[in-house]
Amino acid sequence: MSNGNTRNSMIDRRSALIGMGAGVGALATGLPGFAQAQSSAPIKIGFQKHATGVGAAYGRWYDATTQAAVARINDMGGINGRPVEIVTEDDGTDPKRGAEVIEKFAKQHECDVAFGTLFSHVVIGSAPRAGELKLPYFVVSEGHHVASGMLNRYTLQPGITDVKSQVLSMAPFVANNLGKKVTMIFPDFAFGHDHRDFFTQAIEAQGGEVIAKIAIPPTETSFTRYFPNIPRETEVLYHVMVGPAVLTFVKELGEFFGPSSPEIFGFIDSLEAVSIGSPGLEFLEGSYFWEGNPRHAQADQTSHDKMYRAAVGVDDTGSSTADSKDVSTYAHMFGCWETLNIIKAGMEAADYQGPADRAKLIEAVEAMSDMPLSDDHPQGAKLFNGKTHQAFGHQYISRVTDGKLVVEHTTSIDESLYEDEVDYTTQSF
Amino acid sequence: MDFGPHLMLASLEGAVIAAILALTAMGLSIVFGVMRVVNVAHGEFYMLGAVLAWFVASLLGGHPAYGFVAALLIAPVLVGCLAAASDWLILKRINYDPDRTIVGTIGMLYIIQQTTLMTFGPDARPVEAPFNTRLALPWWEWGEGGLTMIWPWGLSTTSYKLFVIVAAATILCALWLVITRTKLGLLMRATQQDSETAQAFGVPVGKVYSWVFGLGAALAAMGAVLVVPIQQAHYLMGHDPLLLSFIVVIIGGLGSLPGTVIAAILIGMSDGIISVFFSPTVAKIIATLLVAMVLVFRPQGLMGRKAA
Repeated sequence: MSNGNTRNSMIDRRSALIGMGAGVGALATGLPGFAQAQSSAPIKIGFQKHATGVGAAYGRWYDATTQAAVARINDMGGINGRPVEIVTEDDGTDPKRGAEVIEKFAKQHECDVAFGTLFSHVVIGSAPRAGELKLPYFVVSEGHHVASGMLNRYTLQPGITDVKSQVLSMAPFVANNLGKKVTMIFPDFAFGHDHRDFFTQAIEAQGGEVIAKIAIPPTETSFTRYFPNIPRETEVLYHVMVGPAVLTFVKELGEFFGPSSPEIFGFIDSLEAVSIGSPGLEFLEGSYFWEGNPRHAQADQTSHDKMYRAAVGVDDTGSSTADSKDVSTYAHMFGCWETLNIIKAGMEAADYQGPADRAKLIEAVEAMSDMPLSDDHPQGAKLFNGKTHQAFGHQYISRVTDGKLVVEHTTSIDESLYEDEVDYTTQSF
Repeated sequence: MDFGPHLMLASLEGAVIAAILALTAMGLSIVFGVMRVVNVAHGEFYMLGAVLAWFVASLLGGHPAYGFVAALLIAPVLVGCLAAASDWLILKRINYDPDRTIVGTIGMLYIIQQTTLMTFGPDARPVEAPFNTRLALPWWEWGEGGLTMIWPWGLSTTSYKLFVIVAAATILCALWLVITRTKLGLLMRATQQDSETAQAFGVPVGKVYSWVFGLGAALAAMGAVLVVPIQQAHYLMGHDPLLLSFIVVIIGGLGSLPGTVIAAILIGMSDGIISVFFSPTVAKIIATLLVAMVLVFRPQGLMGRKAA
């Protein structure tokens, strides 16, 4: 990404050409084109929300974060002098519905961009339609499907890191501090498979091995029956689970092991929107969690995190300020905040005026690279790879200490980098 | 895990599933037996029981046992009343016509599910168990010094799971007593055998129908209240119990109570054991295959009587 500057200048030349073209076009069509360019109509961002279905807890908090981020952007004068309007559609956490929602955004609501999807199967189901409709689609999903080259030039993930980079940076910590023989429990769909495939590679590179892989359907409600497949010689239990039954999953895990559990390393996904103080979770004391963004405010909390927490309405324990029982999905939802700020920065860089400038917007985002820690990026600094459309950032490893998630290790961005698997910039629009 | 302890754990898990399933499927079976109504909304009454249990428990506060006991008493009654009302409002209006009741109950399914979504919301909500102690279980093994007792790793259950099994068995016994020993049971059986003759003898068939529909829904709700401290209340949780209940009543014989219990134990235990040793998907495949086999070779079910 050292060539970020050269790429920038390229974009300038390119956008200058496009700008000239647009100017000629506007002259050719006469006054209406000019009036449209000066429009004060709102910029419409279609928010694909998991309002119902298995992703509902995330959907609610992604929504809260999105509304807060947009309120802040509008307070600061909007984008290119135009207010931002969020158009929300429920996708039911369902891939088929997801594609339909993308279509609604493009054709019915005439949105400028679509945004906000988390669950990987919905992203994979929706992205092809976004590509066909030439609608920029900014996902907040963590899946490796963007950087793997599976999707298309219109799909970007600039505001949250992907599973492959997360597990790459976790493996050294697991192997050096917890143990080398790992049993993995993961949800049986694309997101879980990313965990399975990339962590297996990453731990082998550290001299460890995955001795058992236990896949659980994301709609499962009863888990004890899966646990006897955990081999006795397991040194580290690696768990990641999603869906409405995550509390049952973790509780039954504790009931299964009793006092003689191996080291436990979990992705906080297994406990997103669930209080770590829930009855039955006492056994997690001393265990480790990956966190995308630390749920509990840390001793060295940045001013940016403080501002972001207050804006979204989350207290120092990660719960809603309105209802302390309502625990947020704090490790993931920052992605919506940061992605919206990137859309703003991209539209400003591209001098975005309307749907005709969508390609310019994508080129402007592709030209981004360093994103320093700031109010726009409260989770931490990021490095965006325009070729793979994927952001890289810091990861946090927290230990449950007296019922609080205390960050014990923060990985560097370099630890989470891997070789490019695709160059979307070579694809035509 | 060794085979022996593994099997024991699988059986315990299977027994919990079987206990809940027996209650839920019994509700479906009674409704079909007496009213000849295939209640597609049955799973939603189950879900409603769980959601109301959460509502009652969170309203009460205090020790979790108060909330749980209150939920066990209140939720099934409320669900039963709602079901009886919907029988009067919908099923009675369409004269219990078999085709139309299926469509009618599908409509009820969506109305209940979506109303819950709009009010209760899409989140999963836990109800705290009144008691939940982990019980490590022993296993016996032939060693050098003869039979020795060991405590295998992971072999455990919880006091609450054992309670679920006992509670479900108790409720089923009570139900059997009601059907065989009370006047209400007599009216139910008379209606089941021949509703027209029963009506001629002064049995208020319409009222019996409403009662039975309410009772069926209440049984599903009881199963849900028992399960909700293990799982959580969620607006989509009615789907699996509906499917499994249909499997159970088809295998057991529609309307046959002993057949329902036997089939529930068979399906519940096999689901527990097969999913531990193979995978839960294989368990579902086998259950569905079993239904197909029963339909081909014994269409009336294990304990059902041949249609006249």
